[in-house]
Amino acid sequence: MKQNHTNSIQDRIAENKANNKRLKATEKTVPIFLLLCAAVSVLTTIGIIFTLLRESFTFFSDVSVLDFLTGTNWSPWTGHFGVFPLISGTILVTFIAACVALPLGVASAIFLSEYAGDRTRRIIKPVLEVLAGIPTVVYGYFALTFITPILMKIVPELKIFNALSAGIVVGIMILPMVASLSEDAMSAVPKSLREGALALGATKLETTTKVVIPAALSGIIASIVLALSRAIGETMIVTIAAGASPNLTFDPTQSIQTLTAFIVQGATGDTTYGSTIYYSIYAVGITLFVFTLIMNIISQYVSRKFREDY
Amino acid sequence: MANIMNQKRLKRRVWKNRIFKYLFFLATMIGLVFLALLIYRVLNQGLGYLNIDFIKNFPAPYPDKAGMFAGIMGSVFLMLLIAPISIILGVSTALYLEEYAAKNRFTRFIQVNVQNLAGVPSIVYGLLGLTFFVYLFNFGYTLIAGVLTMSLLILPVIVVAAQEAIRSVPKELSEASIAMGATKWQTIWRIVLPASIPGILTGSILALSRAIGETAPLIIVGAATAIYTIPDSLLAKYTAMPIQIYSWTARPQEEWQYVAGAGIIVLLIVLLFMNAIAVWIRNKFQNRY
Repeated sequence: MKQNHTNSIQDRIAENKANNKRLKATEKTVPIFLLLCAAVSVLTTIGIIFTLLRESFTFFSDVSVLDFLTGTNWSPWTGHFGVFPLISGTILVTFIAACVALPLGVASAIFLSEYAGDRTRRIIKPVLEVLAGIPTVVYGYFALTFITPILMKIVPELKIFNALSAGIVVGIMILPMVASLSEDAMSAVPKSLREGALALGATKLETTTKVVIPAALSGIIASIVLALSRAIGETMIVTIAAGASPNLTFDPTQSIQTLTAFIVQGATGDTTYGSTIYYSIYAVGITLFVFTLIMNIISQYVSRKFREDY
Repeated sequence: MANIMNQKRLKRRVWKNRIFKYLFFLATMIGLVFLALLIYRVLNQGLGYLNIDFIKNFPAPYPDKAGMFAGIMGSVFLMLLIAPISIILGVSTALYLEEYAAKNRFTRFIQVNVQNLAGVPSIVYGLLGLTFFVYLFNFGYTLIAGVLTMSLLILPVIVVAAQEAIRSVPKELSEASIAMGATKWQTIWRIVLPASIPGILTGSILALSRAIGETAPLIIVGAATAIYTIPDSLLAKYTAMPIQIYSWTARPQEEWQYVAGAGIIVLLIVLLFMNAIAVWIRNKFQNRY
């Protein structure tokens, strides 16, 4: 703003008043604008719930909820909408992923937080986190063209599209999440607790298993639940590598289909807008949403409820 | 006698500790070995197909003619549009929550809501976009539908990052500004925001690089696989790098695997570049108060 010293005092007072008015107007409008922006997040949630509910409602006027929830045959193109095979496929993949990610993830967290030196940790942790930044379509490609051929040499009866390969790679995808969050939880345990145990003559392993892990348990569990929720919602790896056959099976060598993979198939196939198959992707979507929402709430509850304060 | 027993036990305990140390180390290495294998595999398969023509060509029915120009340009346009929308909305939300919101139930509700949104699977955002942007707003399978869907997807990540950046600005700075007679917004605009920009940028770039790699929601809101033009308007058809890679992996002939590998190299280079910028900003502007 240009200062004009030839102005009289009165002019400058008037100018000041106008300035103040403009400032006051800004001070009043800015919070309103910010609140409107914050409302977008709330609207997104409402939008998601509204979308899923409204379109599923149309679906359930064609197919009964009971048939959907208890049916064991999912073949929408012949009019069978029993969601169980998709749920079993999702659980199977998540289970295999958990078998890979939980032991490896927690062990990595223990190594990084308890055994590794400062420099080692500062190199390994970010490199491990690179795994989390790799797009899932790349993991899918890796599962289909690399892991599956290797597994086929070990397990001859393995199908080209199978739950085992997809599950292992989903496990690798969520591993850095378990490792990183668990490591944070374990690093937050105060040094004095460890030193107390060591002073009493415990070995490092005993200190870790009997002092550090119990103290950090809530954080570790929360990280595991969060990672499993990510595995349930993972889409591209299972779409590319696990197949498109909704089988009610817990045999990992078989081709299966998950909730997410069906949504992709249903949205890209020859589905016409307004058909029962079109609406079925929303019914499957709401099933997926409920699963992951429950997991996320458990994770938040665990980390809040059992947080140890030192 | 008891002394010897004790010594034996001590030896066993020390050994056990040593063995487990190596086990934990091995477990850590498995993740790193996977990463190395993945990169080796992608390079091995893709490098042969990666050349200038691959960058410049449009999709083609033959593997050695196929290129990802449409995908690269589609991803660039997506990024240029997603960035301003999601960053403005995200930073505003964070400012509201950190600076203006009263500490009451409503604020807590928004906060928990943002956290829950971050945990919603990306494909569910695809369904949201399909219903609202593709059909209800009647945008169809166009660039703008993809942009809006992806902006909402990365919004919670940016909000959380921006909140942390804003919170880490020392209270003394804004108190000094207020004490000098500045208004609240002047303080935020001139003191708090500049001090938290490195943190906000780092978080935003990481969120954007997530959007560049996302495939599932774009498939649902109809990014096409065979596109021979670059988008010229918000209502144009478009594609993106991960979508093209997906369509190549889905083909049965083995040559397409190599094309997909080449596409993955391009995608990973872009992501690596974005991550490097984020790390650079974080190191360059590391706050020291």
